[in-house]
Amino acid sequence: MKTTLMLSTAAAMMLSSVAVHADTLRLLTWGGYAPEEVIAKFEAETGHTVEVTKSNNEEMIAKLRATNGGGFDLAQPSQDRIAGAQAEFGIYKPIDMSKIDKNLFIPSMLEATKIYTTLEGDVYGVPHVWGTSGLVVNTAEAAGVQDYTDLCGADVAGKVSYRLKRPTLIGFAFSMGLDPFAAYADPDAYQEVLDQVEAKLIDCKANVKTYWDGGDEIKNLLRSGEVTASMAWDTGGWQLNDDNKDITFVAPKAGALGWIDTFAIPSRGRADEAAYAWINFVMRPDIAAMITNTAGNFTASQGGDAGVDAALKEKYQASFTPEALNNIKWYPAVPPGLEALEGATLDRINAAK
Amino acid sequence: MTSDKSKLGFILLLAPLLIWLITLIVLPHVGMFLVSLREKTGIREYETSFANYAVFFNEPLYWNTFARTAYMSIAATALTLLIGFPVAYYIAKLTRGRTKTTLFLMCLIPFWVSELVRTFGWMILLRETGVLSSFLQYLGVVSGPVEFLYNDAAIMTGLVYTSMLFMVVPLVTTLDSLDDSLIEAGYDLGGTNWSILREIIIPHAMPGIVSGCIVVFMLSLGNYLTPILLGGKDSLWFTGLIYNQFITRFNWELGSAFGFLLLGLSSLIVFLALKLSGQSLGKTMGR
Repeated sequence: MKTTLMLSTAAAMMLSSVAVHADTLRLLTWGGYAPEEVIAKFEAETGHTVEVTKSNNEEMIAKLRATNGGGFDLAQPSQDRIAGAQAEFGIYKPIDMSKIDKNLFIPSMLEATKIYTTLEGDVYGVPHVWGTSGLVVNTAEAAGVQDYTDLCGADVAGKVSYRLKRPTLIGFAFSMGLDPFAAYADPDAYQEVLDQVEAKLIDCKANVKTYWDGGDEIKNLLRSGEVTASMAWDTGGWQLNDDNKDITFVAPKAGALGWIDTFAIPSRGRADEAAYAWINFVMRPDIAAMITNTAGNFTASQGGDAGVDAALKEKYQASFTPEALNNIKWYPAVPPGLEALEGATLDRINAAK
Repeated sequence: MTSDKSKLGFILLLAPLLIWLITLIVLPHVGMFLVSLREKTGIREYETSFANYAVFFNEPLYWNTFARTAYMSIAATALTLLIGFPVAYYIAKLTRGRTKTTLFLMCLIPFWVSELVRTFGWMILLRETGVLSSFLQYLGVVSGPVEFLYNDAAIMTGLVYTSMLFMVVPLVTTLDSLDDSLIEAGYDLGGTNWSILREIIIPHAMPGIVSGCIVVFMLSLGNYLTPILLGGKDSLWFTGLIYNQFITRFNWELGSAFGFLLLGLSSLIVFLALKLSGQSLGKTMGR
C-alpha cells in the first residue's frame, strides 16, 4: 500500500516536474522553519532548489517593501501582520486556494487564518507554524513570576529582560486588566491603553537588566543566570529546559500571546509553482513533524503532531494546562497605522530614565 | 589631436569616481530626500510637506537623543585624542625601524576582525558573568558579581576602542614629518617639556589632530552596533532611532528626515569646531 502510494507520488512528481521546469524557490522565513533535511528531501522530490533567508516579521515587511514585493518567492510573516502591510504597501499577491491541498491543514486554523488575512475579498495567507510568547522563568530563583506585571516586582529587580517591541505592550496591557485587541479599531481608545502601559513600563525600567533583541541573546542571559525572569517565546523556554531543569516556559495568568506564522506569496515572486509545491510539501504530516522537532513549535498540519518527539510534547503539556490553552490571546490583524502609535510609545519608554 | 586624447583619458579616469559618487551617494540621497518630504495622510496617501522635520523639533525626545549622541561622540573624540596622542608620539618619535613597524601593526590588528566581533569581545569581558567581573571576585576585591555592561561608560569604552586607529594613523603621519632638530632646538633655547609640546609639537600636528578628530567624531556619531550592544536599555543612540523608524515602525518618511538631520547637524558641528579651533578644511586636508 505504502509503496504504491510512494510510487504514484513519485510518478506524479516526475510528471509535474516535466510539465513545469525546475525553479529556484527564494524563501524568506524564520530560523528553524526550513531545516536542511527537509530542503534536501523537497529538492529530491520536485527538482526545485530552495534558497533560505532567515528573518523576522519587521524585516520581512521592510525587505519586501524596499523591492515592492520582489526578491523572494515565498514569505512567512505572522498572520496579524499581513492585512495591514498589504493595505499599505501591496507587497503580496492573493493565494490561489485551488492549488493548496486543504486536507493537509487543521480546518479550524485554515479558516481562522483565511479570515484574518483577507483583504478586499482576496486571501493572502495560509497557516504554517503556531506558538505563543509568555514568560520564561528560572523557577528556582523567581518562582513568584506568574504574570507579565510580576516582572516589575522587587524580588526580581535587575534580573529581568524583555523586548522593547509590541508583544511587550500587549502582554502588559492584558496583565493590567485592559483589552488592547478590543481597542484595535479605535485609535483613541488604543492610545489610552498605550499611555497606561507606557507609565507602567517606565516605572518598571529600573527592574530591567537589558532589553533583548535576538533569541540567542535572551537564551544566553538566562543560561548564565544574569537574568532569572523574562518575556520570551515558548520554544526558547523549552530549549533552555534541556540544559537547566529550573528554567522553563510559564503561561502567564493573563494569557499567553498566540501567533501563527503563515505562508504569503510576494507580489513580484517569480516561482509560484515552486511556492505552492513547498507549502503542500511541508504541510505533509511527516514533514511537519520534522519541522516541529527542529523549530520546537507545532504546525497547522493535520496529524503533524503524531511524529513529534515525546519530550517536546511533555514540556508543552507541562506549560499549557487545558485552561491556559483556552486562555491564549490570539493576535488579531493589526490595522494599518497602529504601529506608528506603538512606535512613539516605545521610543518614549526607551528614552525614559 | 593630443588634447582630444588627453581629454578622453581624463574622462575615462574620472568615470569610475563619477559613477561611484552619482549612483551610490548622490542618487540615494536625492531619493531619500524626496521620501523625507512625504507626509503620510492615510493609507497609500501622501502629501508634500516638511512635517517629518517638524516632528524632530517638536518632540523633545528626538532632539534630546540627538544632543546626547552628539555630546557622547564629542567626549569619545576627546578621549581618543588624549589616549591616541601619546601612542602616536611614541610610535613616530621614540621608536625606529622594526619596532616602529611592529607597534604600528599592533594598532592595526584589532581591525582584522569585524566590528561586530570586537563588540562581542567587549561584551564577554564586561558582562556580569564575564572575565573582568570573575577576575575581580577571584582577587577578592569584590564579593559578588559586578555588571560593567549596559551603561554609558561601556559605550564610551567601545567607541574609543573602535576609533583609536583612525586617530593614531593621521597623528603618526604628521608627527613623522616633524623634524627632530626643531625639538632639539627648542630644548637648546631653554624650553620646558610643556612649552615645547604646546609651541612646537601641537601646532605642527594640528592638521593630523583635526582630521583625526573629524573622522573619529563622524564614526562615533554614525556608529550603530557599539552603542546598541554595549549600552543596553539606556543606549539611546540617534542611529538606533533611524533604524527603528525604518525597520520596526515602517516609517521611512520620518527615518529619511532623521537621516538628513543627522547629516546636516553633524556637518554643522564639524564646521563650528573648525571655526572655533581656527582651522579650515582645506588647510587640514591639503597638508
